[in-house]
Amino acid sequence: MMTTDSTLHIRDLRAAIGDTEILKGVSLTIAPGETHAVMGPNGSGKSTLANVIMGHPAYEVTGGEVIFRGQNLVDLDPEERAALGVFMAFQYPVAVPGVTVANFLKAAVDARRPEDDKVKASAFLKELREYVAFLDIDPAFINRSLNDGFSGGEKKRMEILQMLMLKPTMGIMDETDSGLDIDALQVVAKGVNRLAGPELGLLVITHYERILRYIVPDRVHIFMDGQVVMSGGQEVVQELEAKGYDWVREQLGQGVAAPV
Amino acid sequence: MAILETDSKLVQEYQHGFTTEIEEDRAPDGLNEDIIRFISAKKQEPEWLLEWRLKAFRWWQKMPEPRWAHLRIDPIDYQAICYYAAPRKRGEAEGEIDPELARTFEKLGIPIEERNALAGVAVDAVFDSVSVATTHRKILEEKGIIFCSISEAVRNHPELVRKYLGTVVPLSDNYFASLNSAVFTDGSFCYIPRGVRCPVELSTYFRINALNTGQFERTLIVAEPGSYVSYLEGCTAPQRDQNQLHAAVVELIALDDAEIKYSTIQNWYAGDKDGKGGIYNFVTKRGLCQGRRSKISWTQVEAGSAITWKYPGCVLAGEGSVGEFYSVAFTNHRMQADTGTKMVHLAPHTRSTIISKGISAGESCNSYRGLVQIAPEAHHSRNHSACDSMLVGDRCSANTFPYIEAENHTSIVEHEATTSKISEEQLFYLRSRGIPESDAASLVVKGFCRDVFKTLPMEFSVEAVKLLELKLEGSIG
Repeated sequence: MMTTDSTLHIRDLRAAIGDTEILKGVSLTIAPGETHAVMGPNGSGKSTLANVIMGHPAYEVTGGEVIFRGQNLVDLDPEERAALGVFMAFQYPVAVPGVTVANFLKAAVDARRPEDDKVKASAFLKELREYVAFLDIDPAFINRSLNDGFSGGEKKRMEILQMLMLKPTMGIMDETDSGLDIDALQVVAKGVNRLAGPELGLLVITHYERILRYIVPDRVHIFMDGQVVMSGGQEVVQELEAKGYDWVREQLGQGVAAPV
Repeated sequence: MAILETDSKLVQEYQHGFTTEIEEDRAPDGLNEDIIRFISAKKQEPEWLLEWRLKAFRWWQKMPEPRWAHLRIDPIDYQAICYYAAPRKRGEAEGEIDPELARTFEKLGIPIEERNALAGVAVDAVFDSVSVATTHRKILEEKGIIFCSISEAVRNHPELVRKYLGTVVPLSDNYFASLNSAVFTDGSFCYIPRGVRCPVELSTYFRINALNTGQFERTLIVAEPGSYVSYLEGCTAPQRDQNQLHAAVVELIALDDAEIKYSTIQNWYAGDKDGKGGIYNFVTKRGLCQGRRSKISWTQVEAGSAITWKYPGCVLAGEGSVGEFYSVAFTNHRMQADTGTKMVHLAPHTRSTIISKGISAGESCNSYRGLVQIAPEAHHSRNHSACDSMLVGDRCSANTFPYIEAENHTSIVEHEATTSKISEEQLFYLRSRGIPESDAASLVVKGFCRDVFKTLPMEFSVEAVKLLELKLEGSIG
């Protein structure tokens, strides 16, 4: 049933690739208007969480649920999740040769509109050009093949451009900050903040605290070995920055490998 | 997956599979000199043409069927084929079209009556063995352009036909070309006078209707110095359980500074899911760039036929002449395609470009075969070839067989080839933006074909995209 409850409820979510379990019971609740950060060391399963919420076919959900607007996303195709307002900014955006940025975005915008009410080309282009300028993207890019030969920074800006055009109510940033210089990072943050508001829930997945200076989280979760192991406010970011993930392991009483 | 569920649509996939109930004039099945005399007499041909046909037939009898292509072909019984079938005239006034035929072409979306004719496209319609209508005659006549069926050209312009017929594809060229030369029934003839730029697209629409017939059309296009013409052919056939043979010959001649652009959208019936029925499309197409700086471009979208075997080529005999080949070949189910081009550089400073996109789905087999030959005299010549294959699913195959023979040191030949699978990552990326799986797949494939589609005339480019979308439906999952 479709309801207006735009809170994302992740409950005991488990997912695997083949026989390897990667998410081992994740629970998170993100209300509209809230920004949550998920931080964790490499290989902890952060990106898997993002991809499973979006419905990547490589992962098998082995337990739990993801409820959004009254539906369990786990049961839906990726395009149906997108239609509910879920958006993921990819860590590694994919190239689609021969399909221009403009044609792709037109198809994406039209996909969520009824058959008899497709967006008018002029209105679409006007909005697209405005966001392109806002994100300091060279206007020539809208007629280039999607992500084909784009630099890392260009691809990430393109993700934010898509997010602005598609106006999700639940945005997931999968390590959008990785590999960006400070100027590009600021542009990305500017784009996300333009969309932020009481309607938008945000899940920012990152390895570094740097992006969280620009996109300020309400809640911070530490992710290790496929689970949320610690949650708190912004102070967690500072602690983590100062003391590293070993501090988290100590807090959990797991002990630390002895220095060599 | 969503797409797999659309499998039931496959039966509707071929929309042109209907037959037309029409009285026909048929030759008895089988092939011998009497049948050739019968065809020639039906067409009231001059003696020299009958002799030419018979010569070709005698050649053909001595030739073995070629076996070199990467194809599995069930034996063809040439004596079980009917070589002439024509819709019988119902006694209307000269020039009127049988309403049943007009309805057939209307159903196919081809308006053949003048009052319904498409703006900017002149159409010649060939039904089984004969041409039934040609539109836009007046505009063309004013410019001195001749566009008619080849039978009509033999009657009204015998000197032109005799001068050029068989000069690019000789009657002994290859097995199927010789067969065609012996029994060709109709096809189109275009003649563009010196300095004339043909103001409309010339288009021929071929339709095989009759059961058990072969279609052997012959097309001849001559572009005099400084002229330009863009020509398009489209093809469909009813859905039948037996294989039907289509062995056409197309000859193009471009004189000094002339340009011919030849586009094909081939959607012959491809057989069913299990490979039963479908057209054997064994075609010889060749263009002669005879004049200096002349140019011939082939664009083909091969989306039908059980077996496609064709290599539209260019003989670059005029100094500075240019040959181009742009191809999209789509195969599905049990379809087989062995297609590509031949670029033969004979004169200095000649250039050729080859862009081939093969898409294989289902259990089909799709091969690119191409020859680039640069003669010793063709100094400072250049070829660039790019052959890309895309695999849809894991039961299909793609092959590339490039042959390069460069016989001088001043020419440059480049060949690139890639094979890729339609990737799960691309589909997921597009779907995550709300684009349904089938649309996402068609977007990826259309992107893959873009460099070829953009060489088609506008309205046909739209048609090609639609055709590909239709063919893709049910083949991705």
